[in-house]
Amino acid sequence: MSRVPLDPRTAPAFQTAAKMLLGDAQLRKNVRHATDVIQNKRRKLVEEKHDWQLLRESARQIRAHALQHLDVYLDEFERNFTRAGGVVHWARDAAEAQRIVVALVKESGSSEVIKIKSMTTEEVQLNNALEAAGIRAYETDLAELIIQLGEDQPSHIVVPALHKNRAQIREIFRRTMNLPDLGDKPADLADAARRFLREKFLRVKTAVSGANFLIAETGGICIVESEGNGRMCLTLPETLISVVGIEKVIPRWQDLEPLIQLLPRSATGERMNPYNSLWSGVHPGDGPRAMHVVLLDNGRTNVLADSEGRQTLQCIRCAACQNACPVYRQTGGHAYGSVYAGPIGAILTPQLMHMEHSQTLPYASSLCGACYEVCPVKINIPEVLIHLRNKVVEQNGWYAPESLAMKAVAAVFRSERRFRAAQRLGRIAELPLVKSEKRSFSIVGQKQATKPGWIGWLPGLLGGWTDTRDLQAMPKETFRDWWEKRGKA
Amino acid sequence: MKVALFITCYNDTLFPATGKAVVDVLERLGHTVEFPPGQTCCGQMHWNTGYQVEALPLLPRFVSQFEHAEAVVVPSSSCVAMMREHYPMMAERIVAEGGDATLRQRTAALLPRVWEFSEFLTKKLGLTDVGAYYPHRVTYHASCHGLRSLGLGDGPQKLLNAVRGLELVEIANLEQCCGFGGTFAVKNADVSSAMLSEKTRAVLNTGAEECTACDNSCLMHIQGALHRQRTGVMTRHIAEILANTEASEAANDTDGTEVTL
Repeated sequence: MSRVPLDPRTAPAFQTAAKMLLGDAQLRKNVRHATDVIQNKRRKLVEEKHDWQLLRESARQIRAHALQHLDVYLDEFERNFTRAGGVVHWARDAAEAQRIVVALVKESGSSEVIKIKSMTTEEVQLNNALEAAGIRAYETDLAELIIQLGEDQPSHIVVPALHKNRAQIREIFRRTMNLPDLGDKPADLADAARRFLREKFLRVKTAVSGANFLIAETGGICIVESEGNGRMCLTLPETLISVVGIEKVIPRWQDLEPLIQLLPRSATGERMNPYNSLWSGVHPGDGPRAMHVVLLDNGRTNVLADSEGRQTLQCIRCAACQNACPVYRQTGGHAYGSVYAGPIGAILTPQLMHMEHSQTLPYASSLCGACYEVCPVKINIPEVLIHLRNKVVEQNGWYAPESLAMKAVAAVFRSERRFRAAQRLGRIAELPLVKSEKRSFSIVGQKQATKPGWIGWLPGLLGGWTDTRDLQAMPKETFRDWWEKRGKA
Repeated sequence: MKVALFITCYNDTLFPATGKAVVDVLERLGHTVEFPPGQTCCGQMHWNTGYQVEALPLLPRFVSQFEHAEAVVVPSSSCVAMMREHYPMMAERIVAEGGDATLRQRTAALLPRVWEFSEFLTKKLGLTDVGAYYPHRVTYHASCHGLRSLGLGDGPQKLLNAVRGLELVEIANLEQCCGFGGTFAVKNADVSSAMLSEKTRAVLNTGAEECTACDNSCLMHIQGALHRQRTGVMTRHIAEILANTEASEAANDTDGTEVTL
């Protein structure tokens, strides 16, 4: 059941992967349909909330404040969670998180785990590490199960199998669950998954989860979900191990008030999640007897140290930016080469990678701003994208061909004289490329063409434009030439 | 009012007709237009592509060219968005790096007087009817920067609805990006083209003869595909529509002699 995980260190450049995925008509249809459905549901529920902008601002402040004082609140969480009978572990990176979880599972005496959907465990590639240690992991979220059985990769933060449609899911279940007569109705598929999973829920004694929020004040952990599989994993097993990014902490119980209103509306277009689980520590006779939280850094303190990039960590993983993003909607999630796809992935992944990988991701955006508009915690994603682009340019050095060209153009813009010379030069340089639309015959009723001609082919990087688009040639006279002549007339 | 025109680098070079149209409209409304000759570019392309150091010197250039103007009109919402969203921060940075200390204050004083062309008409002058005549079926493309950064709302549509003879048809998914995004169009040409194909499909579905917008950058992109596919549908900056009057229409008709080249 192993699969090659999405890994930014080995993933192809965004534009390379995107080009390939754009050729997958089924995938594009699936992604467009799913994101349309979620967006329409979200829009209706946001419109009914008259205090939506206030909620966003309040959530932004809570998250920004928590990040500003992360050391304080993580300490407070650890104290309170420990007092309640839980154990806190700290993992600097993915490898350390893997080692801790593997050791904890072995300590629990189990060779199997049931899992709640968790992007953090995807990030640290936990399933592969468990498998290497002889531990079998069962994903219990329906979409994650589809991904796992199909040996696929998640393409969306909230709906990881969003790129698959019902017919494709039926095929995966038929093949892997040995159900040759499986029907294709949603109820048939849900029933198959339910039968497959129920046996695991009842048998497996150890569970692994992520978390939506950690509450410092109470030492509490919060998970919201739609299917009830999470509730099963949180209550039936004897041991519960939660792998949580250090940025997930919020100061107070009351801070959930805006967050828990914003998250389901933004994520799935629901007023409230069907299952909202909150727990703090061990309670005799009720739920797991051993509870562990693995607090994961894995590049997050690096993001925190950058005052402009820091807001990235405000994210509550609702994926509204993915649904709204016109780039994501064309390519789907796999093009981003990371479990975090879409606009949030384009800013989070390169930063988690210390800007050493994923350098094409900050450019995977037209900066249209749709992501910022829907973000429930007001992360200014376009602003962070631009900030990261600047870092990429600095890393690539002044001698990169693009850099040399951009510097030359910048020098042109610093002088009116050079600007005018460049305009004249451009008109001459483009001449061989321009297809004139002047006519050599007369057509009754048609005026002489006064428009400039068209360019259908350009060399080098600019050829990307003319692959699919024409470009109008430069008119004979610039505006400033016309203005000067007019002044003299 | 004395209005200074910031034409922007690409309009100056590629779309002079838009600049002439802005001058026409403003003069027709009784304003005086000035053109500070030292102007070049707002710096958007460099800033947004990651070349911040290269973009910085264009801020003091803009400020010194325009700070004495009563109002600055710019026929490009993305350039205005660039200035409003980034100039204050750029000024801070220039000052912090030991540059001209007056720049922070001068930038802050100038920015409230900088207007995108359509918002100058609707918000500053409070006009919707500028006396234009344009007997064509037209659809309006809301550029992302106009929509989200400047909050133009339905101002441009109000201007178009007041144009005599013009039939304004609404495009599907108005808020969707056309896929231009500056250097995005060449760095991610395939994705950009995929986005554009959705936009051109929406334009064609309206049955409009022309697609208009407050940004020639989006229009250049949309026109690029419309022309490649020989759809016969044209794009035209909103200023060029608003500049058209019954008188100018009549004048155009009489000088339309058939020519054999």
